[in-house]
Amino acid sequence: MNLKLLIEISIGLLRARIKQSIVAAVGVMFGVCMFVTLLSFMNGLNQMLDGLIINRTAHIRLYNEIKQSTDQPVNASKAYKENINFIHSIKPKDKGKAIYNSESIMHALNQDSRVLGIAPKINTPIFYSAGGIELPGLINGIDIEAEQKLFYLNDYVIEGKSADLSIVNNSILLGNGVAEKLMVEIGDVIYVTTAQGTISALKVIGLVQFGLMEIDNTQSYTSIQTAQKLMGESNNYITDINIKLKDLSQAPALAKDYAKRFELDAIDIQTANAQFETGSSVRSIISYAVGITLLIVAGFGIYNILNMMIYEKMDTIAIMKATGFSGKDVKYIFIFLSLIIGIAGGVFGLAFGYMLSSIIDQIPFETASLPTIKTYPIYYNPTYYLIGFTFALLTTYIAGLLPARKAGSIDPVEIIRGK
Amino acid sequence: MSEFILDARNICKDFNDPVKIEILKNLSFTVRHGEFVSVMGKSGCGKSTLLYILSTMDTDYKGELYLNGELLTGKNDAQLAQVRNEKIGFVFQFHYLLNEFSILKNVMIPGLKLGKYSAEEIEQRATKHLDTLGMKDHMLKMPNQLSGGQKQRVAIARALINDPLIIMGDEPTGNLDKQNSDLVFDIFKDLTKELKQTLLIVTHDGDFAKRTDRIIEMKDGVII
Repeated sequence: MNLKLLIEISIGLLRARIKQSIVAAVGVMFGVCMFVTLLSFMNGLNQMLDGLIINRTAHIRLYNEIKQSTDQPVNASKAYKENINFIHSIKPKDKGKAIYNSESIMHALNQDSRVLGIAPKINTPIFYSAGGIELPGLINGIDIEAEQKLFYLNDYVIEGKSADLSIVNNSILLGNGVAEKLMVEIGDVIYVTTAQGTISALKVIGLVQFGLMEIDNTQSYTSIQTAQKLMGESNNYITDINIKLKDLSQAPALAKDYAKRFELDAIDIQTANAQFETGSSVRSIISYAVGITLLIVAGFGIYNILNMMIYEKMDTIAIMKATGFSGKDVKYIFIFLSLIIGIAGGVFGLAFGYMLSSIIDQIPFETASLPTIKTYPIYYNPTYYLIGFTFALLTTYIAGLLPARKAGSIDPVEIIRGK
Repeated sequence: MSEFILDARNICKDFNDPVKIEILKNLSFTVRHGEFVSVMGKSGCGKSTLLYILSTMDTDYKGELYLNGELLTGKNDAQLAQVRNEKIGFVFQFHYLLNEFSILKNVMIPGLKLGKYSAEEIEQRATKHLDTLGMKDHMLKMPNQLSGGQKQRVAIARALINDPLIIMGDEPTGNLDKQNSDLVFDIFKDLTKELKQTLLIVTHDGDFAKRTDRIIEMKDGVII
């Protein structure tokens, strides 16, 4: 089979019907363009929404839950070992929220090759007061560097600098909602009352906004040392260890492992935020479905145009067969014809898809809840372009196959005799 | 090399639609190398049907067909396409050029399909044939820019491109005026004389037939 000749003939046939061919290719182009744009846009939004939660959430959080001991003294006694022991009115013993032996646990975690990084944290409820107002809230004592590296804290700082927390003594990075309610600005001093009753003065060095009102209205950050001072605890006191893993999917298994190994409570991101995974995948499925539908519609267009073309080209097919092209050759000519439309439409579709995505990427999209987002989010992923192009080829091939087979089976005698 | 270029033995053909009609009744004949043969007969006598069978495009018949000693009966579609490409040249009544391609390309396509020579050589050969037939000046035109007689000359050039064993014509002058018909006949005559080209032409034009080497006259599906 002489591929070059067959392709040359396909191109010749296409050029003879250039308008129809362009219409068919534009159909494919439109399908691919919308497919790519839709997926990039949808997944841009997905990533942004997931980022709201997932960027800031530890893959595994190690902490101490207040609960009763599972290992009661009576079970240890040999005398009652054979018995079934009923114990009434068990009360949890407050061991405190502190993680004991935190230094060696963090050392062990840092050695673990599956761990990307860890951030120690002190988490405690407090009251903010400025002037006559008292507001309940949460203060987080953080390791500023680790928090920035693992949880992108700076992305959410709307005024001031998070690094100042470690430079200025007794400083606080205040949630935007808290600051608004207390009517304070950078440089003002607010008072913080802990559960133990100690009152401390902290200087506001910045404002932070996560876009979730519930959090912005209560939370604030300070350095881990300041938090320890506030609570009157020693310098190895921490209440949480947040872990980021290299592979997110290992979180549930590792959480169990660490809980057992360090005798702590551990929660993994999948358990804590199951609903986000579901939302993302549903949105992806919808955009794939719409995109593929567009391509299939384009495929029907090609099918129609090729069918018409075959009726018009009966004479051409007959003469090609008479001069030595087999049915198979004729079939390939029409399949190539279809694929050329698919490739041309696909290439232009990808180009226009990229352009359209870039345009959407420039459209302003400002919302109070998302301080870091200035324009509509677009996720540029080569995979979408690859899938779009593959589907364009696949639909055009299938659309071309039936008419091509029909063309291949045309009996030249009937055409020539029919004149 | 066989003594006969074309050897048809006991060819029978029926049409079953709407009632069974015998079109060809046990036809046998041969064509020798270098012969210019015409098949003559009235409309409906089966001469065109015979040509389609001889040209391998119609495979629904009984009997045996040999081309240069090679049995063609029973070969598959792809093999027959190869035979048509390499060994048989066609000239039809309605010229049947590919309107999508230039005159030169039309002549070249069967040659490119065969792939025996390089594209440059095929172009050279096509140009030479078109030159011989007086069509060299028109070779970059499209088929719809030519007159009927000119188209028919291009079709002859196309039939010649692969040096076929035999050229078959289905009323090649049927659609032409007297002057063009004579021109086409003279070309055929030159081909047999100068190139020893074997020709089998179906026609109902008595004048045309009389001037060929041999006439096979048909009536109601038999040779008389």
